[in-house]
Amino acid sequence: MKRMKKALERVAETGFFLCAAAAVLALALIVVFLVAKGVPAASKIGLWPFISGTVWQPSAEKFGIAPMIAASLLSTLGAAVAGGLIGLACALLLAEVAPRALAGMMRPLIHLLAGIPSVVYGFFGLMAVVPLITQWFGGTGNSLLAVIVILSAMILPTMVSLAETALRAVPAAYREGSLALGATKMQTMLRVTLPAAKSGVLNAFVLSTGRAIGETMAVILVAGNRAALPSSILDPVRPLTANIALELSYASGLHEEALYLTGVVLLLFIVGINIASHLALRGGKGGR
Amino acid sequence: MRKILDALGYILLWLCGALSIAFLAVILIYVLSRGIPGVNWQFLSTVYKPGLGLTGIRQIIWGTLGIAGLTLAIAVPVGVFAAIYMAEYAKRGRVLTAIRFCVESLAGIPSILYGLFGYTFFVMQCAFGFSLLSSALTLAIMVLPVIIRATEEALFTVPVSYREGSLALGAGKLTTLMRVVLPSAVPGILSAIILSMGRVMGETAAVYYTAGTMAKAPQTVFSSTRSLAVHLYLLVKEGLGAGEAFATATVLIVIIVGLNALASWIARRMSQRFTGGAKT
Repeated sequence: MKRMKKALERVAETGFFLCAAAAVLALALIVVFLVAKGVPAASKIGLWPFISGTVWQPSAEKFGIAPMIAASLLSTLGAAVAGGLIGLACALLLAEVAPRALAGMMRPLIHLLAGIPSVVYGFFGLMAVVPLITQWFGGTGNSLLAVIVILSAMILPTMVSLAETALRAVPAAYREGSLALGATKMQTMLRVTLPAAKSGVLNAFVLSTGRAIGETMAVILVAGNRAALPSSILDPVRPLTANIALELSYASGLHEEALYLTGVVLLLFIVGINIASHLALRGGKGGR
Repeated sequence: MRKILDALGYILLWLCGALSIAFLAVILIYVLSRGIPGVNWQFLSTVYKPGLGLTGIRQIIWGTLGIAGLTLAIAVPVGVFAAIYMAEYAKRGRVLTAIRFCVESLAGIPSILYGLFGYTFFVMQCAFGFSLLSSALTLAIMVLPVIIRATEEALFTVPVSYREGSLALGAGKLTTLMRVVLPSAVPGILSAIILSMGRVMGETAAVYYTAGTMAKAPQTVFSSTRSLAVHLYLLVKEGLGAGEAFATATVLIVIIVGLNALASWIARRMSQRFTGGAKT
């Protein structure tokens, strides 16, 4: 009886371990498959011509993704600045300024934004934001600007909740010290609390960036998807994610491999963002 | 001077706060006000055959439920057991760090790359085709980090005294885990499951490239099917009818917002349970 029990314990532990190992295996499979499918394209097209080429014409076997990289970086940067700063201001408001009851009402509403599916954001963007851009600035409306607006709204909740957590983690003594020295509440907030929460806030920016650069369906619907370098914020763009999603269904041969290589480039950006996030958090710990 | 600057600062903060709430209000009002008139029993209960003038979403609701159900059936046991290993068995060290790193990385991968992987691996390599199974397996990997993290956190909040009490009564580690620790963590796990369900139902890119777009209720795990989110995407992308698109978006929003509210309600209940209702 006792031996049975011991055996059962061991079987259970092994079972639990295997499930945890499944997460490792899944990640390994994803990376290996994407890279293995993308590498042939890298050797046929050449990695540098692929990344720096400005012409994407699958029918003519011309595969350059510089316009897509530019579109992804510009839209992500724009959203991180616009959505990130509004989100940060919102977090300051919720954590430091707003009365508790009001903050308690605003918080769930902002969380609600996070729950809305990305395709709904895209749909709303196409129906409401795009025509507005045409009306105000002319052009087709499907543009870098439309992408930035939609992505800003999408990263807002992530930014607000992460930044607020970081701000709330700052010890009250910091604020009290500053106030006791005669600083106003606003000065304390900007000069003491915000710098003290720097690493967490920075991490919030980085993670929001990750969400923006990986967004696909919302972006496709409003971006215009023209594979050319944008010369103005009103030009249609095609980010990396859109490039994959738009053409995968009918691509074959080298064209398909080029799409996988696009995926690998996107993966590299994500890895870079994750490293930046780790550095942001570690930088904060070293500083205290 | 100082006072003016301070006042300006406050105005700016309140403006940003108002802007965020306004954005939410505009999206919801815009979509719901146009969508609600189109949501009626006929819309929900008829099939989608645009050639015959039928634009209902019954089969698409079944498809969505099928995908979400099978995904969770795969992801929940694996995720919960993985979290049990990480929280209760693994010793601090390289193995745990490596597992945690992988879970974190999985959480950061964009959904289109899950779609790309699912298409390559499950649809083509494993020859499952565009199917419920391919889709559920892909999405299961996608929500695994959500379930693992939430379960781990729920396990950590179970007081040590519970375990000690059970062990002191002579129960083994596994018995303690299954009879004492896990039941106490159920609300946390449940809330993670509901959140994952919302995430799966709202997902488009990864479903599009693994389940296909067949507007039919799945008969077997190998049938291609279509989720509400994919349906909305196709309606919008192909310009097949704004009325149905608004109605579909409304149904999608109501389901997901409802699920999220349920999840946070359960999470709040749980935190009250261990703190005895005390506010922290």
